[in-house]
Amino acid sequence: MSSAADKSKNYLNHEKGLWSWLTTLDHKRIGIMYMITVMLFFLIGGIFALLIRFELFSTGGQIVDADGYNRMMTFHGAIMVFMVIIPGIPAFLGNFFLPLHLGAKDVAFPKVNLMSWYCLIIGAAISFFSLFAEKVATGWTFYTPYSISETSNGAILLVLGAFVMGFSSILTGLNFVATTHRLRAPGMGFFQMPLFVWGLYSTAILQIIATPVLAITLLLLAAEKTMGIGFFDPKLGGDPVLFQHFFWFYSHPAVYIMILPAMGIISELITAFSRKVIFGYKAIAFSSVGIAAVSFFVWGHHMFVSGQSQVAGVIFSFLTMLVGVPTAIKTFNWVATMYKGSIQFQSPMLYAMGFLFLFTIGGVTGVMLAVMAVDVHFHDTYFVVAHFHYVMVGGTLMAIMGGIYYWFPKMFGKMYNEFMAQLSFLFIFVGFNVTFFPQFILGAQGMPRRYFDYLPAFEPLNRVSTVGSWLIAIGFLIGLYVIINGLLKGKKAPDNPWGAKTLEWQTSSPPPHTNFHEQPVVTGGPYEFR
Amino acid sequence: MFWVNKAHAGNTFMPPQASNFAESVDTLYGFLYYSSLISCILVIGGLVYFAFKYKRKTASDKTAYIPHNALLEFLWSFIPFVIFLVVFAWGWKIFYDMRSAPKDALEIHVVGQKWNWDFVYKSGRKTSSEFTIPINTPIKLIMGSRDVLHSFFVPSFRVKQDVIPGRYTSLWFTATKEGNFNVFCTEYCGTGHSTMLAKVKVVSKAAYESWLENNPYKGLTLSEVGQKVYAGRCIACHNVTNVKKIGPGFAGLWGSERKLTDGSTVVADEAYIRESILNPNAKKSVGYEEAVMTSFQGQVSEEELTGVIEYLKTLK
Ligand SMILES: [Cu+2]
Ligand SMILES: [Cu+2]
Repeated sequence: MSSAADKSKNYLNHEKGLWSWLTTLDHKRIGIMYMITVMLFFLIGGIFALLIRFELFSTGGQIVDADGYNRMMTFHGAIMVFMVIIPGIPAFLGNFFLPLHLGAKDVAFPKVNLMSWYCLIIGAAISFFSLFAEKVATGWTFYTPYSISETSNGAILLVLGAFVMGFSSILTGLNFVATTHRLRAPGMGFFQMPLFVWGLYSTAILQIIATPVLAITLLLLAAEKTMGIGFFDPKLGGDPVLFQHFFWFYSHPAVYIMILPAMGIISELITAFSRKVIFGYKAIAFSSVGIAAVSFFVWGHHMFVSGQSQVAGVIFSFLTMLVGVPTAIKTFNWVATMYKGSIQFQSPMLYAMGFLFLFTIGGVTGVMLAVMAVDVHFHDTYFVVAHFHYVMVGGTLMAIMGGIYYWFPKMFGKMYNEFMAQLSFLFIFVGFNVTFFPQFILGAQGMPRRYFDYLPAFEPLNRVSTVGSWLIAIGFLIGLYVIINGLLKGKKAPDNPWGAKTLEWQTSSPPPHTNFHEQPVVTGGPYEFR
Repeated sequence: MFWVNKAHAGNTFMPPQASNFAESVDTLYGFLYYSSLISCILVIGGLVYFAFKYKRKTASDKTAYIPHNALLEFLWSFIPFVIFLVVFAWGWKIFYDMRSAPKDALEIHVVGQKWNWDFVYKSGRKTSSEFTIPINTPIKLIMGSRDVLHSFFVPSFRVKQDVIPGRYTSLWFTATKEGNFNVFCTEYCGTGHSTMLAKVKVVSKAAYESWLENNPYKGLTLSEVGQKVYAGRCIACHNVTNVKKIGPGFAGLWGSERKLTDGSTVVADEAYIRESILNPNAKKSVGYEEAVMTSFQGQVSEEELTGVIEYLKTLK
């Protein structure tokens, strides 16, 4: 398709120097900048996770006091949610592969794309400042009145940081919607788009609609703090529960901002490594959009015991059940895709299967939590902690890891060490279950979350959980080695090492500055393995 | 239901069943638990089975082209939907019961604050960090908070409710087992969140009656309680006038500025008096360097402590 001379020129060596990166308008380079940023944040959030688990190894204080623990728990949550999982897939893998998937030269608004990266950096800087300098210890949910009765303004700064980062995701979302509508290759209708694009598209809509609510919350908090207008503080005549409505109106859709793109990646991985057409393309595509739409109306399932009215609780419980259906459909479709396939167990596929395993457990426990009477017992216990780690880590993080290995050859033109990558997977997968499965049991037994110290009866399972966290750490260290080793010493990658059918595999590895050597034309679906 | 009985509760990791709600919640949970287990076995089992059965054999394997199957897709949308509706309605039913306290329930007020729980009975009796209730009697807790959000959680009763400053929330239950059960705070409230624990003591109705009767302070106001405590325990070293005995006289003490041996001054407010009773040597006043007072930590109840403070306020 293209001459050897063309192939020596690619987006990585198109321009040189740090400045060329910081001012680049190339979606692929911006994607790589997101990759580095997010990995750095993940490292920081991960260190706090290990410290938390270490602290909980035994009853009583091990390394910090209660306030120190509360800060670590806040840092871990805020960093992982706002700086790792939300931007993780859309801004990093989405940025890099959405235009390639569509056969486009770039996103619709490259300058806005660069600006969104700077928004993330500025927002992260504000958040880190509030966390480390103002020592915020409110948990990542910063519920009022605790968060405003604290003397510092740290909580407002943290919300400001979250909003600026949220602005970054609004801009990315706008870009994705415009790109998907305007820049598809000739012949590509909506139903010829890869499912990763459907996932990103649904996510983009959520980002655009939900994030402004965070801004309103911020405004109200700031007005209360500086002008003494009572919105949330009962001392000023406000209602603390109102804050929870605002918070979850953003943060519940944010949960789907985290998981929908991950589901998109899984669709890509399962088809590519089963070498088979996806089962139920339209069902998966529409369920992404359906989940996005309904997810705006389920926020109150976080508040069954908050004091909201019983009628509200009933409606939220019912709607949450409705979200469960498309989620279940997707899972069945992925498993059915493997039926009569030709399955190859390379690390991306292992991660996809790991995703299915963990996400299924995360999903069924999610249904339990949506059942009101059962949630009364589980709410704010370790059962909830285990559930959302199964969804967020077992789901989103597994998908990111699978995606990184899948597209590594395309992004960098090199192959990684397959054996070491599988070893890394093994540690992460086993470690994950050792860490988080016992937490379901702890929660059922009644251990509340956000506890610096616990009853002696909870100690054995906490110990198991802590040991599991070390296994995860080893797994990620090996993973880091695989990536660095692949970058430095990896064998040259062919254009299409997995034999996948989506457009990005038709161009060279790594792709040229303008993505394709000649404009691709689409004649069939994205998974035409025949 | 056949798959969940009391012996089985252990297998699903739930704490002991000690209230009227425990069994029905556990039955529903048991249904969810086993249907989840079956779903996981089907999905994960299918995954593993296909993975081995359809492992790639040659590099040029051909695969079947199966883009969809209407019947299958209908079934696996419809069946989960029905199950979800069932558990939704079932959960609602029990939740409705949890929110419908009987009119004749025994009411106890609960006050949460950083970081302990106070309990106030109709008779005026106050306890702290533990409260006593009769078995097989509907109990309604009417709860408020003095500062931030807290949440009142008794795992063995399967009840939980957030406690909110500025308004009242409530929950009810009937304890069905005698014994002591843990109360946890489950809404993050700062430094002492994980130590904001309490005990609920479930006793027989007779024992509850006699516990109520034996209240030495029955019918007294708080400052009267304080006066009684004073007459029994403080009188040896403290006058009710402002004349020094071994320790300072009590009249005029309340709200006065105390010069401490370390040079600082402190106002004699609730916190100071409380500390001076529980930990007398922490802040010694000038002129009392040699005075010895033993700690009353664990010797006085919360009610007695508050009583003494209230009594001091009346001594002008
Ligand atoms: Cu939610
Ligand atoms: Cu608390």
